[in-house]
Amino acid sequence: MSAQPLDVSRIKKDFPILQRTVRDGKRLVYLDSGATSQKPNAVLDAERHYYETSNAAAHRGAHQLAEESTLAYEAARAKVAAFVGAQPDEIIFTKNATESLNLIAYTFLNATTKAARGESLPDGAERFVLKPGDEIVVSEMEHHANLVPWQELCAKTGATLRWFGITEAGRLHAEEGISNLINERTKVVSLVHQSNILGTVNLLGLPFKRAREVGALCVVDACQSIPHMPVDVNNIYADQGADLVAWSGHKMLGPTGIGVLWGRREVLDSMPPFLSGGSMIETVTMQGTTFAKPPQRFEAGVPMMAQAVGLGAAVDYLNEIGMDRIAEHEHELTEYTLPRLSEIDGLTIVGPNTSADRGSTFSFVVDGIHPHDVGQVLDSHGVAVRVGHHCAWPTCQHFKIPATVRASMYLYNDFADVDALVDGVRDAQKFFGVS
Amino acid sequence: MQLEQMYQQVIMDHYKHPHGKGLRDPFDVEVHHVNPTCGDEITLRVKLGGSGEAVAVEDVSFEGQGCSISQASASVMFDQVEGTSLTEALRANEEFSALMQSAVQDQELDEELLGDAIAFSGVAQYPARIKCALLAWMAFKDAASQALAKEQTS
Repeated sequence: MSAQPLDVSRIKKDFPILQRTVRDGKRLVYLDSGATSQKPNAVLDAERHYYETSNAAAHRGAHQLAEESTLAYEAARAKVAAFVGAQPDEIIFTKNATESLNLIAYTFLNATTKAARGESLPDGAERFVLKPGDEIVVSEMEHHANLVPWQELCAKTGATLRWFGITEAGRLHAEEGISNLINERTKVVSLVHQSNILGTVNLLGLPFKRAREVGALCVVDACQSIPHMPVDVNNIYADQGADLVAWSGHKMLGPTGIGVLWGRREVLDSMPPFLSGGSMIETVTMQGTTFAKPPQRFEAGVPMMAQAVGLGAAVDYLNEIGMDRIAEHEHELTEYTLPRLSEIDGLTIVGPNTSADRGSTFSFVVDGIHPHDVGQVLDSHGVAVRVGHHCAWPTCQHFKIPATVRASMYLYNDFADVDALVDGVRDAQKFFGVS
Repeated sequence: MQLEQMYQQVIMDHYKHPHGKGLRDPFDVEVHHVNPTCGDEITLRVKLGGSGEAVAVEDVSFEGQGCSISQASASVMFDQVEGTSLTEALRANEEFSALMQSAVQDQELDEELLGDAIAFSGVAQYPARIKCALLAWMAFKDAASQALAKEQTS
């Protein structure tokens, strides 16, 4: 049964920035939500309201404002948890998804370093201790945020990085040789749920099933999936739950400066801290420190209360519309966009050209025009896209292209926005004399 | 701001028919520069001749990939530095950097030193494209100073 369609013209009104014009009076056609989403009034109002009424450092002080601030911050945590089918104490707030992924990588490094010195570690932390010969598995379609921290971790511990390739259709090369790629030496399998450059939604069931067999930790970069589709972290694909899931707030209508890491409770319990300082301690003496339980163990310093409140409001806004309806809407956009782009001579879609298991993010190249130049012409039409390698340089290298143009959509985009994109690309071809 | 102000005809001409493109021998130094935000890259070689005050740019050759702005800029740069004294070439480089900052400060520019590069004044209005325009010039500056240091130590 098809969900009730979105009233996009009404949704657009909730976003003040979508009312502005750009480049000499052009309507803003915002197709860069993969980089960051725009913010509805509800989020902006919530953040302002928090600062106007309850601002104080959460989890400190005994005055009324401190209480209200703590309650607001923890209420936001509960909303985010419920949004992904998790418990509040399994949700850690970070600066952004990059920090969430680094938190995991540094937990491995810290556990490895402390183990080598015979320092005490939480129960179960052995799985975070790496040695030369251990392996970490990612894919060739990772964002740099889910690649570079693992490369760095390997460089520091002597572990080996291995990866899934990509098929020509832009899908994960997941079946062939999987039992060799993920084996007894594998300690982590960290994969992107929806590729930020290709739009591919990865079917994580197979790799995670194999990861479970060998006892490897299952990590998901969900930056481009959680904002766009219903995601249950305990059932991320075909009954396969993950161990740790990272995503950002600003890509799901929330403020910048807040990211999320969900972790299965027993996994978080076994992890040593990443950043240390205030709030994350249990007891401190000049001789040493013991650490708080999760999630506080991983939230050093005064937290981002206002951003958490804003993210909570974003969750409310998304829930009110319904993630199933948003996913359905984006699927309709995909079914409309793929043929519209394909009808342009000289345009090649980089990524799946079928609408199954893909999101509404479209990378493409145009014969005879560099992506930067396509983007510039689109900008002169008021169409905001991203150009470049999208922090997924190895993916570009796989397809032997220096860069792509990327149009990424969200709940506030409609067919007229797609038409503006198509018109802009045709104009770029005319301007550069390649049509 | 109209698109034509950025993509002036002279820029489009250099983009479609670049001057001096292709790597040549002999050379003193080869450098490889990239623009990490977009992946544009250039490999550039410099051959210096003469000595002391009379050091000249005998050849500068390059190969690369990138947008029209970065490719046209490399071609224009070739015209301005090839066969000139190194002093003159580095002054042209300084002048081009100044041109790229003209969006924020009003400067007297030496049009003779800049040649066709003056057409990039429109690019300076688009902060995201300034790095594209500067890529080849920064690569030349790097290669030339390495080549000079090499000559002085030999």
